[in-house]
Amino acid sequence: MSDVVDALPRLLQGAWVTVQITIGGALVGLLAAVVAGLAGTSRRRAVRAVGRVYVEFFRGTSAIIQMYWFFFAFPLLVGYQLTPKWAGVLALGLNTGAYGAEVVRGSINAVPRAQYEATVALSMTPSLRMRRVILPQATVEMLPPFNNLLIELLKGTALVSLITVVDMTFVAQTVRDNTGDSTAPFLTILAMYFVLAYAMTLGMRWLERRAARSVGRGPAAVPREVPVPLRIDQGAGGAR
Amino acid sequence: MTFDWGYAFSQVPKLLEGLRITVEATLLGSVLAMALGLVFALLRRSRFRVVSRGTKAFVEFVRSTPLLVQLFFLYYTLPNYGFKTSAFITGVIGLGVHFATYTSEVYRAGIEGVPTGQWEAATALSLPYHRVWTSVILPQAIPRVLPALGNYVISMFKEVPLLSAITVVGLLGEAKELGSHSFKYLELYTFVGILFLVVSLPASFLVRRLERRFGQ
Repeated sequence: MSDVVDALPRLLQGAWVTVQITIGGALVGLLAAVVAGLAGTSRRRAVRAVGRVYVEFFRGTSAIIQMYWFFFAFPLLVGYQLTPKWAGVLALGLNTGAYGAEVVRGSINAVPRAQYEATVALSMTPSLRMRRVILPQATVEMLPPFNNLLIELLKGTALVSLITVVDMTFVAQTVRDNTGDSTAPFLTILAMYFVLAYAMTLGMRWLERRAARSVGRGPAAVPREVPVPLRIDQGAGGAR
Repeated sequence: MTFDWGYAFSQVPKLLEGLRITVEATLLGSVLAMALGLVFALLRRSRFRVVSRGTKAFVEFVRSTPLLVQLFFLYYTLPNYGFKTSAFITGVIGLGVHFATYTSEVYRAGIEGVPTGQWEAATALSLPYHRVWTSVILPQAIPRVLPALGNYVISMFKEVPLLSAITVVGLLGEAKELGSHSFKYLELYTFVGILFLVVSLPASFLVRRLERRFGQ
C-alpha cells in the first residue's frame, strides 16, 4: 500500500494526461458530432450519405482498432507519424463523434415542426434559424445522452496506454512492474476514474440546467412570472 | 506506400481464426452478462437495504470505470487469490461483469414496465413468490428488452479486442502477431477493421429489425 502512496504524484500526473485526452477527444467528438449530425438532417442525399458512411464506419468497428489504425497503419499509408497522444485523441474523438452524430440528428429532428415553420414565417435565414431557434432547443435534448458519451469517452482513454501514452493506466502498469503489487495500484486508479466520471456528471447536470433555463424550460423559469414569497431567513437579496 | 492486396488476402485465413475466438468470447461473455445482469436487477429490488444499495454502488462503480483497467485488475490479481485460470476465461469474466452492469439497467426498465395490475393479480391469486417472477413478471419483461440486450451483444463484440492487452489472441491479437513479423500493419489493421464491419453491420441491422418487430 505504501508503494501506491509513494507513486501517488505520478498517478496524479497520469490523471492529468487522462483529463487532457478526455478534453481533446470531447472537442474533436463534439465537432464531428455536430458536422455529421447536421449532415444527417440535410435535404441533399449525397450529404446525408457521407454522414451516414462516417457514422456506420466508426460505430461498426471499435475505438481500439481505430486507434491502432491511426497509430500503426496510417503512417505507412501517408508517411506521416502522428504522436501517440494525437492518434489517441483523434481515434477517440471520431469514435465518440459517430455516436454523438446520431444524438445531434435525433435531437434536431425532435424539435417541434411548428418551431421550424415559425422561423420560415418570420423569414429567418437558415443559419439564423439554426443558431437562434433550432439548436438551442435541440441542445437541451442532447445534453443527457452527451453525458453518457462523455463517460464512455473517459473510459475509452485508458486505451491510449496501449499506444505508449503515459496516462493513469500506463502509470499504474509501471507501478505494478516496479513493486510487484497489482491490487493496490489498479484499485486506486479505478477509484480515480470513478471520481472523474462523477465530477463530469455533476458538470453536465449543471450545463443541462443552464440550457433548459435558457430556452425557458425547467423549474428556474417559473419565478420570473409568479412572485415567490420571501422566506424570512433569506432576506431581500436571497430569492432569485 | 502501396497497399499490398496480395499479402492482405493471404492472411485472411489466419485473421478468420482470430475472429472465431473473438466471436466465442463475445458469445460466452454475453451469456454471463445476461444472467448476471438479471441477478443484479433483482438484487437491486431486494428488501434488504444493504443488498440493494450495495448492488447499486457496485453497478455504478463498474459502469463508470474502464473495462481495460478492470481486465488488468482481474488478470493480475485473481491468481494472487488462488483463482488460476486462462487469460481467455479472465477476459470473458471481465466482459461479462462489465456488461452485466449495462444489462441490469435494461432488465430494470423492463421489469418496471410491467403494469402494476399484473403484480396485484399475482398477489390476488396468492401465487408463491418465485412463481410471481417466473410465470408473470419476467415472461412479460424480457421479450420487450430483447432488442436492447442485442445491442449490448454488438457493443461487447467491439470491446473484445481489449482482451489482446491481456494476451488473448483474438482477431486483433492475431493481427498484432502477424504484424510483428511482416510489419505490414496497414494491410493487417485495415482488414481487421473490415472484418469487424462485416460482422457488426449485419448484426446491428438484425437488431434494428428486431426492434421494429417488438414495436419500440
